[in-house]
Amino acid sequence: MEYVIEMLNIRKEFPGIVANDNVTLQVKKGEIHALLGENGAGKSTLMNVLFGLYQPEQGEIRVNGKPVKITSPNIANELGIGMVHQHFMLVDPFTVTENIILGKEPSKGGKIDLKEASEEVRKLSEQYQLRVDPYAKIADISIGMQQRVEILKTLYRGAEILIFDEPTAVLTPQEIKELIFIMKALIKEGKSIILITHKLKEIMEVCDRVTVIRKGQGIGTVNVNETNPNELASLMVGREVLFKTEKTAASPSDVVLDVSGLEVKDSRGVSAVRNLELTVRAGEIVGIAGVDGNGQSELIEALAGLRKTTAGSIKLNGKEIRNLKPRKITESGVGHIPEDRHKHGLVLDYSIGENIVLQTYYQKPYSKAGILNSKRIFEKARSLIKSYDVRTPSEYTPARALSGGNQQKAIIGREVDRNPDLLIAAQPTRGLDVGAIEFIHKRLIEQRDAGKAVLLISFELEEIMNVSDKIAVIYEGEIVAIVNPKETTEQELGLLMAGSKRMEAGGKQNV
Amino acid sequence: MSKYFSKLTSPVIAVILGLIVGAIIMLVSGYDPIAGYSSMIGGIVGDSYYVGESVRTIIPYILAGLAVAFAFRTGLFNIGVEGQLIVGWLAAVWVGIAFDLPRIIHLPLAILAGAAAGALWAFIPGYLKAKFRVHEVIVSIMLNYTALYVTNYLIRNVMTDKLDKTERIADTASLRSPFFESITDFSRMHWGIVVAIICVIIMWFILERTKTGFELKAVGFNQHASEYAGMSVNKNIILSMVISGAFAGLAGAMEGLGTFGYAAVKGGFTGMGFDGIAVALLGANTAIGVVLAALLFGGLKAGALNMPLETGIPSEIVDIVIALIIFFVASSYFIRWIAARFKKGVK
Repeated sequence: MEYVIEMLNIRKEFPGIVANDNVTLQVKKGEIHALLGENGAGKSTLMNVLFGLYQPEQGEIRVNGKPVKITSPNIANELGIGMVHQHFMLVDPFTVTENIILGKEPSKGGKIDLKEASEEVRKLSEQYQLRVDPYAKIADISIGMQQRVEILKTLYRGAEILIFDEPTAVLTPQEIKELIFIMKALIKEGKSIILITHKLKEIMEVCDRVTVIRKGQGIGTVNVNETNPNELASLMVGREVLFKTEKTAASPSDVVLDVSGLEVKDSRGVSAVRNLELTVRAGEIVGIAGVDGNGQSELIEALAGLRKTTAGSIKLNGKEIRNLKPRKITESGVGHIPEDRHKHGLVLDYSIGENIVLQTYYQKPYSKAGILNSKRIFEKARSLIKSYDVRTPSEYTPARALSGGNQQKAIIGREVDRNPDLLIAAQPTRGLDVGAIEFIHKRLIEQRDAGKAVLLISFELEEIMNVSDKIAVIYEGEIVAIVNPKETTEQELGLLMAGSKRMEAGGKQNV
Repeated sequence: MSKYFSKLTSPVIAVILGLIVGAIIMLVSGYDPIAGYSSMIGGIVGDSYYVGESVRTIIPYILAGLAVAFAFRTGLFNIGVEGQLIVGWLAAVWVGIAFDLPRIIHLPLAILAGAAAGALWAFIPGYLKAKFRVHEVIVSIMLNYTALYVTNYLIRNVMTDKLDKTERIADTASLRSPFFESITDFSRMHWGIVVAIICVIIMWFILERTKTGFELKAVGFNQHASEYAGMSVNKNIILSMVISGAFAGLAGAMEGLGTFGYAAVKGGFTGMGFDGIAVALLGANTAIGVVLAALLFGGLKAGALNMPLETGIPSEIVDIVIALIIFFVASSYFIRWIAARFKKGVK
């Protein structure tokens, strides 16, 4: 079969590093081809080369067998290459149609012909079963729908080869299912897809072939039906990866966190957490399972003091901490790995060292009489960077320059190092590759084994099942069931998360 | 590439381009740019009198630049430096006139009054931003006009009886320096330069060495992460504006206690507060950068006065050059782009 895209022996250098070295990617017509690699392995660089944003130092690109020079995204578009970016490039107050035609507006006598454009968008949407309303405003539609608008944008420009950059990172499980359906529909219509990802499950589910990159080097291409997740993981990381996190049985002791009757409202003033009851003991990991948007974020923010609660109590080691200031809560022994590391976890323009003392900078020995002791601060940073394997050129490097996994390791190092009695880990592995996930799970279990309480919030059922000693299912702001991970199945959890009541004894009954 | 074009390169290129385009404008207008620029340079460093006058011009530029830069570094745009400068000027002069104290108390008191008045004036937009999320640019622009007309009213109706300027400040509150005057051929150079340099050190120290600076910058970069880390976002917004306003008030105090020795009714803004924005921009919002930019702008302004005397070139040409430099700094992205093209072409 012919190849629609061939990138042969691509080499791309940046000052000081080789981002791609001898990488070859050949995509057949009508296939979904995965590009797999750890964070920072060079996947995005390779795709930016294909999309005309970077020029390779060596190597050749062929489209439909013909050698081409892609010097700008416009040329890539002309060649039928379209990119669905991870971070959408949409104008919020514009309608779907207006966004799609942006830059390629059909005009009639100097006037934009919105009617015809909308009609065309509607047709395209129907053809690929995207079900997008051409007249809806971007600001009013869900993330999943916005992604479809991005897909339509590339189709409207006549794309034959679509590059999806980590498309599932921002989606809910339901939306992921729908996206997979759409991708299959695209293939049926004769398009080809390159899927950038580090999620092995997705590759196994939708892809035909997969090309692996490790540390900028092309490792090779394998057929998906001739491989398994374990093999892919070790190809990607370069060593064996354990999927089941190894841990001994928990030995829970005293109650550390005791939440009862908690009520929290969301930003719109709507009740998001209702009469929530939860206890976490020292020496155990409690996982909160639930579909996104069932009050998890509000619960975490309430526990961390970032959101006011309206009723109930939050006790830490028997002391009330409800509605205290974040600093007071931190000081009383709570560590918090926030859900959104860029928004809450890091000051991206600060160096890694400064980020490591983000909560302790005012204490001795990092400052004395109001004066910072940068020697001590960066000493601390160096030791944490070493013990948490944060890969950074130096402790003075801005946090922005690090890959997601390394940023997360720095945050975890910072939180765990303060040795909190309660560690709240919200989506600690979101967007990370298997190597980093393994590392983070180990650290959480270490905390548990050291006799600390750990509260894990995640949308990944696998993670919850693997790491937790006890699972609390949250639905519409309430804990609707407490289950033992050893005695439950993904199916049962899925049903509970969808709101169906648990009938067995031992579970908490709720109306 | 970004390493190659370090912080210093793009301002320097902007200055050179500004001077070149300025020269072209002189040529087109029928003047000799070489004579023009040499008379300008003569007006900056030609003899000790000019040096003294240049230094005097630079003092408020440094302080106004620090005010803008400090706010910028902490995520705020203090466009109200002009107003804070005007109230600082009047407050300092008022203390200089109203009290009869020994110099060692009177002078610091007058200087601090200037700083306090500027700080108070900046507190208003800071408080409104912290409390009600009103944008500081809008409030501080409006407060510029309020400052102008309130001080004019006070000078005319409270401090004097319908006069256009106040009486002179007491000698004990004056920054004038017989020593500086004697070594600079009786220019108006005064002790304010020492105050300005101390403030440069203070700004650097606060931002780079203290926990307060750590918080201020963190809040400027990312309010959410700062709140998460237990900092008070609102307190830091107000504090940032207050410190910025204190620098601005000092700029006015230097004019009131040093250069002029009185406060006069103003027909319009002094412009120094707005020039402070340009100084901060050219100086990349760092303490040392502000000094260098103030040296340049203050020098150009002082030297400009010599151009019409020696060569007949109108001094306004220097305003054009300054505007061009600001233009080129603002378009440093464009300069980098051209330079990158050029580099590629050579390769």
